[in-house]
Amino acid sequence: MIAVENLAKRFVLRNQGGAVIPVMEGASLSVAPGECVALVGASGVGKSTLMRMIYGNYTAQAGRIMVGDVDVACAPPRAILELRRHTLGYVSQFLRVVPRVPTVEVVAEPLLALGVDDGTARARARDLLARLNIPERLWPLSPTTFSGGEQQRVNLARGFAHDYPALLLDEPTASLDATNRAVVLDLIRDAKGRGAAILGIFHDAAARAQVCDREVDVSAFAPEVAA
Amino acid sequence: MTPDEVRPLLKVEGLSKSYGGRVGCAAVSFDLYPGEVMGIVGESGSGKSTLLNCLAGHLPPDAGAVMFDTRADGMRDTVTMSEPERRMLGRTDWAFVHQHARDGLRMNVSAGGNVGERLMAVGARHYGDIRGQAIDWLGRVEIAADRIDDRPHQFSGGMQQRLQIARNLVTGPRLVFMDEPTGGLDVSVQARLLDLMRGLVREMGLSAVIVTHDLAVVRLLAHRLMVMKDGYVVETGLTDQVLDDPQHAYTQLLVSSVLQV
Repeated sequence: MIAVENLAKRFVLRNQGGAVIPVMEGASLSVAPGECVALVGASGVGKSTLMRMIYGNYTAQAGRIMVGDVDVACAPPRAILELRRHTLGYVSQFLRVVPRVPTVEVVAEPLLALGVDDGTARARARDLLARLNIPERLWPLSPTTFSGGEQQRVNLARGFAHDYPALLLDEPTASLDATNRAVVLDLIRDAKGRGAAILGIFHDAAARAQVCDREVDVSAFAPEVAA
Repeated sequence: MTPDEVRPLLKVEGLSKSYGGRVGCAAVSFDLYPGEVMGIVGESGSGKSTLLNCLAGHLPPDAGAVMFDTRADGMRDTVTMSEPERRMLGRTDWAFVHQHARDGLRMNVSAGGNVGERLMAVGARHYGDIRGQAIDWLGRVEIAADRIDDRPHQFSGGMQQRLQIARNLVTGPRLVFMDEPTGGLDVSVQARLLDLMRGLVREMGLSAVIVTHDLAVVRLLAHRLMVMKDGYVVETGLTDQVLDDPQHAYTQLLVSSVLQV
């Protein structure tokens, strides 16, 4: 479902003397439907960068990123938007929303964007919020003032609202208590069960051991440092 | 439906406009598809408003084509079509939301009249229907029905802007041009307006071209982004990609200069 081949990434800082910072070279990995693969490696090694490239958020300098039949590395913006609506979900570490929009609408939005009717989308949103233990009295409020853990759970609810065939999870269990961590791991197992291909970053080794089938060490893709 | 089967709604080719020897905008080309929102950012004087006005037919470009997928005849170049045809388009399938609501409203006509006038311009005649639709649209932009007979100058800036949006959208346009639609509004009003516009884009399948210098606004509203400098488009791509991994020196400067709250 996800197949990355020979991916290279460098940042060029044009206002800082054109400094070139190579961050990745020859990155290759694949994730099959129903499989959960963990990206591992020390902090700063490029796990999130790789994930952002797969989502089309960062450009790639070389290589291929196949998600389904779309090559994210060279697809036009429209094809990537279409892919993100239907096929490829991404739960980042940060919740980014229009201020003042109620939590239940934030979670329902990916479904509304797919044309699901309002009632069904909201029902699904309420189910997920309840499952992730967000108190019902918070549902009509904007999540911008919620605690870090609550925002993370709203973000997860939003990410799991639609049954994406491919899912990217950046630290889905960070800042969660044991109960909610278990809920998230269940959601991941459910997604695997219906055949989703999942790529995740988990600092929590125990969580990783519970849901991941394989690990990919991103430090193997670090570019050779020239002199 | 796969993306390839959908035709662009707007096709811009090599659009240029100069003022004497000075470049307004130069060689701008892009496609806009149904349901898509394109953001145009750049500092003052970068040519983004010139471009928007050329697209909307308010300024004659020196060169280039602005092809629009009309309901009757398919793709037509709106630059070369007759003035009455272009004006008809401006009343039906196109809408223009000005930065200053007073440029887009008739300030001495009631709120209901402002909305109803657009309907009458496309042939609506039944008073009850017009008033009913006006009330419906005022409700959608969160203006209470009991304000329908008030004039816009009795409204706050945010309400005026929402009234302008209602006036523009009541005829069910397919393409909306917006010039700094949230400029000069309180942030709390901005948020409400952003939510409103997102909902309308989603529910009505609107396409929009939005000019702004506010990167936070385009991040939340625009699917795609064009960055302009000195009249030229220097970078274009997915909004989040351009903002998070900018490639051009100017875009890098623009993104890194935003103050953190």
